[in-house]
Amino acid sequence: MSDLAINVLQMTRCFGKNIAVDHLDLQIPRGTIYGFLGPNGCGKSTSIRMLTGLLTPTSGEVEVLGQRLPQYAEALRLRIGYMTQKFSLYDNLSIRENLSFVAQIYGLNSRQSRERVNELLALYALDKRQTQLAGSLSGGQKQRLALAAATLHHPDLLFLDEPTSAVDPENRREFWERLFDLCNAGTTILVSTHYMDEAERCHALAILENGIKRADGSPAELMATLGAHVLEVEGDDLRTLKSQLTQCPQVLSTAQLGTRLRVLVRDQTEQPQQWLQAQVNGRRIEAVRPSLEDVFVACTGQHSVSSATARAAAGSDSEQGERHV
Amino acid sequence: MFEYRVNSNPLIATWRRVAAIVVKEIRQLARDRMTFGMIVMIPLVQLLLFGYAINTDVRHIPAGLVDLSQSSYSRELIAMTEASQTVDFVRVYASAQEAEQAIIRGDVKAVLYLPADLGQRLSVHPAFNRDSGHSNSQTLQPVGQWLVDGGDTVIAASIRSLRQLPLDTLAGRALKDNVPTFEVVQFFNPEQRSVVNIVPGLLAIILTMTMIMFTSAAIVREREQGNMEFLIATPVKPMELMIGKIVPYVLVGLIQVGIILGIGHLLFSVPVRGGLLTLLVAALLFIFASLTLGLVISTIAKTQLQAMQMTVFILMPSILLSGFMFPYEAMPQLAQVISEALPATHFMRMVRGIVLRDALLWDLQRDALWLAAFTLGGLAFAALRFKKRLD
Repeated sequence: MSDLAINVLQMTRCFGKNIAVDHLDLQIPRGTIYGFLGPNGCGKSTSIRMLTGLLTPTSGEVEVLGQRLPQYAEALRLRIGYMTQKFSLYDNLSIRENLSFVAQIYGLNSRQSRERVNELLALYALDKRQTQLAGSLSGGQKQRLALAAATLHHPDLLFLDEPTSAVDPENRREFWERLFDLCNAGTTILVSTHYMDEAERCHALAILENGIKRADGSPAELMATLGAHVLEVEGDDLRTLKSQLTQCPQVLSTAQLGTRLRVLVRDQTEQPQQWLQAQVNGRRIEAVRPSLEDVFVACTGQHSVSSATARAAAGSDSEQGERHV
Repeated sequence: MFEYRVNSNPLIATWRRVAAIVVKEIRQLARDRMTFGMIVMIPLVQLLLFGYAINTDVRHIPAGLVDLSQSSYSRELIAMTEASQTVDFVRVYASAQEAEQAIIRGDVKAVLYLPADLGQRLSVHPAFNRDSGHSNSQTLQPVGQWLVDGGDTVIAASIRSLRQLPLDTLAGRALKDNVPTFEVVQFFNPEQRSVVNIVPGLLAIILTMTMIMFTSAAIVREREQGNMEFLIATPVKPMELMIGKIVPYVLVGLIQVGIILGIGHLLFSVPVRGGLLTLLVAALLFIFASLTLGLVISTIAKTQLQAMQMTVFILMPSILLSGFMFPYEAMPQLAQVISEALPATHFMRMVRGIVLRDALLWDLQRDALWLAAFTLGGLAFAALRFKKRLD
């Protein structure tokens, strides 16, 4: 048995002339949490749908848990769990009814079903609300219910498509605690996100843009191999400075953080700190540790910085240009 | 790690998944007050509407009179005709020409013309004359004539029913023969007790409407509300989903059959001559066929609105061509071909046969087998069309 949960070579998917996923290679070891980081429409959902067997790749080889897709999609259903981007349980069923339904669909008998549902209700702090209709739950509660449903049958591999997009930070922390519990119990998890702080929690991640993998590795590796120096400038009139610096070929990107301007100076630049000092009219400069966002900006930096920067606050609802069910 | 997947055989797993879907559907249905109300209201309201408003037994048609005879016979004949309550003589005209003009103007719908030689005609009328054997074809003439505005076929049909007005009272004794008293110029439909025919027919129409509507939304709703992506990522099989979607509505269909036949019997005294068991089997066959048709629609439609439009597309010919409104035999061949393709036509034949003529299932085997075959074919088609894929 291979120790890769997912092994993908040159996976491609086109919708008409539009290439949603472009020759993607992925090797995800068992028992890890792997992240897909990218803006909306970068091919995260399409990739996950191909890996769950819901979409057929236009070309490429896909092997999940040692089984070829799409041929063995049906056999894999019992071994994978899938939490969709949009809440996909029944709004007019209660929490318990939803989970019992899923339990029966996975073939549990009524005793097993009752035990497992009780266990999940307790684990995800839903037991006090078990008779409440799913449609009336808050974002965080819905998300916990969806995770409970996706993990009800103890899948070996769990797919989570932007699981925390409608959830507050407190609930997100809780949610990630549960993910690490699952991972600790041996589950491999693939999670897509556009939040940097979430991506940073993954064992490894791939940065996707326009269906192409721009970089992959552990967050530490990615930060270490960043092709730029990260410097922060402190002072007045940062808006003018920002527009000046953006013109320079040496500057990869700039982003303002309150009273500071974060500047990514290309590695090719000799003595970057001195170079920048000459540009900033005596404002104070400090070299700082690169963040995952810097990595993201550096490898997707072809287009304007402001639009590529997916700051944690910039949540968004749906991936445009991709298919929805 | 726990293992649930190894311990159950495939049949038990299938049974559990179908049961899960049935329970889920019933729960969702029970929470949907509007739909739940419609299950009862649709048959109830439709039945009252069709039963009371659509009445082909017409009474008190305003009519004219041309009495050239002016005899005691004619006065008695007129009184008898009015006593039938079919017509009220509201105008009197001097001649046939004047009466014709009145019909053209629309003053009256029909005119009774009694010729001057009424007494003579009566005396040779085979039904009236004691020596009926002596009369020959030349002297065999009707005693009077009805001029009818044929534009309204229902009225024409009612007048036609007066054709055989018995002359017993006029003769003052019981008459055996039944030779026409009047000649009717326009005729359309023979008289029929419409409600008796309509109520069993309504059974087919209402079931077509509600059954197809319920299941045509069934699959497409899951798609629209986003439940499908989760569902197809589970081990559920297409046929299990189809069967699970149909079963709850079979019960709904049976409730509606009960309402229609019960009300039909109580309010309109529609007899159920055939066996209730035969009726149940026929209704079940039709319910399954209609639900399957809805499922097929549901796998084709992309949105609930499209599903609804397709339902109406099926519903209109079901009302018009199934024999509910017009007799199947009277339709042109092309309409008959379309009619044969509709489940409603086959059920219409069965239910009228059972309710009105006490037919047995054996007598209706062709229609029964057709409905069964339609159900199986439709289920297979829907399950094949339903792909557990998004592409």
